[in-house]
Amino acid sequence: MYTQSFSVPDNAGQKSARTPSTENPELMAAFDARIDADGRIEPQDWMPEAYRKTLVRQISQHAHSEIVGMLPEGNWISRAPSLKRKAILIAKVQDEGGHGLYLYSAAETLGTSRDQMLEGLHSGKAKYSSIFNYPTLNWADVGVIGWLVDGAAIMNQIPLCRCSYGPYARAMVRVCKEESFHQRQGYEALLVMMQGTEAQRAMVQDAVNRLWWKCLAMFGPPDADSPNSAQGMRWGIKRISNDDLRQKFIDATVPQAKVLGVTLPDPDLKWNEARQHHDYGQIDWQEFWDTVEGNGPCNKERLSTRVKAHNEGQWVRDAALAHARKQQQRAHKEAA
Amino acid sequence: MNTPALKEWPLWEIFVRSKQGLEHKHCGSLHAADAAQALHMARDVYTRRQEGVSIWVLPSAAITASNPDDKGELFDPAADKIYRHPTFYEIPEEVGHM
Ligand SMILES: [Fe+2]
Ligand SMILES: [Fe+2]
Repeated sequence: MYTQSFSVPDNAGQKSARTPSTENPELMAAFDARIDADGRIEPQDWMPEAYRKTLVRQISQHAHSEIVGMLPEGNWISRAPSLKRKAILIAKVQDEGGHGLYLYSAAETLGTSRDQMLEGLHSGKAKYSSIFNYPTLNWADVGVIGWLVDGAAIMNQIPLCRCSYGPYARAMVRVCKEESFHQRQGYEALLVMMQGTEAQRAMVQDAVNRLWWKCLAMFGPPDADSPNSAQGMRWGIKRISNDDLRQKFIDATVPQAKVLGVTLPDPDLKWNEARQHHDYGQIDWQEFWDTVEGNGPCNKERLSTRVKAHNEGQWVRDAALAHARKQQQRAHKEAA
Repeated sequence: MNTPALKEWPLWEIFVRSKQGLEHKHCGSLHAADAAQALHMARDVYTRRQEGVSIWVLPSAAITASNPDDKGELFDPAADKIYRHPTFYEIPEEVGHM
């Protein structure tokens, strides 16, 4: 996973001081021409500061989402209903950790450091996908995360494989290859539950009811309220608009829900023959922004779990460094 | 010679040979304290699905790269040397494949 509409401003709420463009017009023209020709930008190439900043924010938010995304599912590893489901879940959570690493590396090529990004996450300054600030209350939540959350993430990430920034695009190709297993394992786990008892079917429906609207919000605010979207499109960072991606996701999910035998909790959801798309109800954006701002049900818990894990791993990082230093000194003594 | 004391895990570039007979190909980078740890982590990060049979790790700082500003100077001269390509030469059809 997991981009939401990235990127929401890290300092949402504050006014962003817009710096007037002071870029060299010749370099700027060459850059624009390359973007217009659908060319790629590589780390050593000249790029406007605003392009660099946008990418650092988007890629680091994306990386943070992968890392924080391990937590709600990680909670279920020790409680998975069978050894098979446990092995699958461990593999998936490990993949998400890997996705975070690919993305941090991609962001580092833009001149930020791992420490800086982690500091942003741990201090609460940096954002991550708001979907992870909701609790995973029963085992069906794990299946629904795979089916819908990873499903939404795939919709978001496939166009990013064609992003104008080379390292981000390449990381996305790798990520997308791994995501399809995530969605399929979740859907399959739900299929099994739906063949179970009445109580199990109710668990699946309950998880869908709680997560459906949050998944739709993952695509980000409506196009009309996404002032930065146009610039992202202009730069080839974003290829498909939030609303178009959301529509694609809904159209793809409706038949899957039917096969599964669950109801998507939206009375307004229906096929529109004229549009050749599904119409759908109103998303609660106030609730979305409240969560982004840090007031969702699990924001504090997620962040403190993450910080605790990082702090408790400090001695491992120190020990590895001490060992490397000793090896280096020994090698020098032997060479001398 | 004095080596600067290590303060944080340096960056390593990772190259993976996907199967015997093919070259090692760059696949990404990661931070690790030393080469042995970089190898170990590369295995977990880049070969979880049998993507490789061999891994190289190289300190990123050891790479010398060409400057993008020199791109024209370095690579454009090859553009007009079309006689370096087999298609430049016309051979009678009766000669067949050559
Ligand atoms: Fe992921
Ligand atoms: Fe995933």
